[in-house]
Amino acid sequence: MSKSEKKKKESILLRLGNSQVWKSIIRSGVPRDRRGRMLSVLNSVFLHLHPVRMPKHAVKLKYTWCMGGLSFYIFLVLTITGILLMFYYRPTIEYAYTDMIDLREQVPLGIMREIHRWGAHLMVITVWLHMFRVFMTGSYKSPREFNWVVGVMLLTLTLLLSFTGYLLPWDQLAIWAITVGTNMARATPFLGHEGPGAALLSIGDINLVHAGSDVRFALLGGRFVGEAALLRFYVLHCIGLPFIIVIFMAVHFWRIRKDGGISTPL
Amino acid sequence: MDDQKHLEHEQNKPEDAERSTENPEEMKQSEENSTEMKIAEKKEIEPKKPEVPKKKLEKGPTKKRASIGKGSILVEPIKRRSFFSWLTLAWVAFTAATGTFFGMMLRFMFPNVLFEPKQTFKAGYPDDYTIGEVTTSLKEKYGVWIIRDTEHIYALSVVCTHLGCTPNWLQNERKFKCPCHGSGFRKSGINFEGPAPRPLERYKIVLADDGQILIDKTKKFAYEKGQWSDSESYLVV
Repeated sequence: MSKSEKKKKESILLRLGNSQVWKSIIRSGVPRDRRGRMLSVLNSVFLHLHPVRMPKHAVKLKYTWCMGGLSFYIFLVLTITGILLMFYYRPTIEYAYTDMIDLREQVPLGIMREIHRWGAHLMVITVWLHMFRVFMTGSYKSPREFNWVVGVMLLTLTLLLSFTGYLLPWDQLAIWAITVGTNMARATPFLGHEGPGAALLSIGDINLVHAGSDVRFALLGGRFVGEAALLRFYVLHCIGLPFIIVIFMAVHFWRIRKDGGISTPL
Repeated sequence: MDDQKHLEHEQNKPEDAERSTENPEEMKQSEENSTEMKIAEKKEIEPKKPEVPKKKLEKGPTKKRASIGKGSILVEPIKRRSFFSWLTLAWVAFTAATGTFFGMMLRFMFPNVLFEPKQTFKAGYPDDYTIGEVTTSLKEKYGVWIIRDTEHIYALSVVCTHLGCTPNWLQNERKFKCPCHGSGFRKSGINFEGPAPRPLERYKIVLADDGQILIDKTKKFAYEKGQWSDSESYLVV
């Protein structure tokens, strides 16, 4: 590139940086030095999610494994593919299984369903590995205790999302896996009709906690895994749990910054 | 531009304060390039400390006055008119309404009508069942096997006692076999293979006024509790 071309390019950049459009969007103008770069990061809603500066040794892949970031990335992939699947999938006993097959066989780019499925498996793995890394590097210690607790909530929510999504194909594996899984809810103390303490909650001969009023019933919308259970799991999977997990994720990321940034090797 | 500088300065504060609480030994071990930052931190921290109580003192009384509103309790005694506050009432009402709504949310999850087969149902006449056979025709709808031996008729639950799957009756092998984890049960419901820890449960079975068999699934009889000897757990034919 010749000198005149360089000069021309610079002047275009300068003009662009001084234009009203650019300045109204990126307040600090074209970043020309460290300070300018910092300001453009600070003043952008998307860029400011990442710290302005980080200790060099803390971003080594060997130390972080990038598992937290990967988990979030996979969550975004799952959200997008999940929304796409919702355009074709109907959560009823009549259509659920055939819609799932159609998503694979008839819908263009049937790989969308596979991305969602494999992504879900992968997210569970990355979340566990993230937790393992945080534990092994001692990053849960003060002042990050609260964020560890938030992280445990996120792990539970990830597993619940995985569990609720497991029923939606409505094949034999799904139905019996959810039957077995939700049978555990029977044994919930006080809330499950076979759990400890449930027999105490009674007025005379009338049991307050029985198969038609316990926590398993609330989850399934019936006494067994049927139409109501499919719909409830669908709503939880698509709206309920993602809504909660996003709130917890926001708190999680916020606290990383407020508890001293990404943890560094001791 | 001064504003931005100030902003940057403030944003760094919590991070620096955090670092200063770290173990001094750990700080020594950290890499050399952080020593520069440490010096900078100390300079920042020292003037910060006296600032904190000052702010509190300044803010204290003004804040209290603002939260109370027109009549300040600190200055004046409680008047008859300020004792009852519409604002308080509004907050109490709001809290009560919100609480009620959470209760409604909970109740909403338990529908009044279930579109499921009935828990109590009539299952034909005893003569409809052949001796020594397992009747599987009611399994799909009502979740029950009806078995007639030489003396009794009993209703077995189709729920595997291992993890709650539904076993199948294998006519040739004369046994119930669960497809999930391979538990096996004899015709009587007694478990003999696989992970199932106890026999299948039996349901209450009686004769109705019209001579039909009446099965009540809400009442269960467990073998391991000695309940199979209960007169309602079988029907004498």
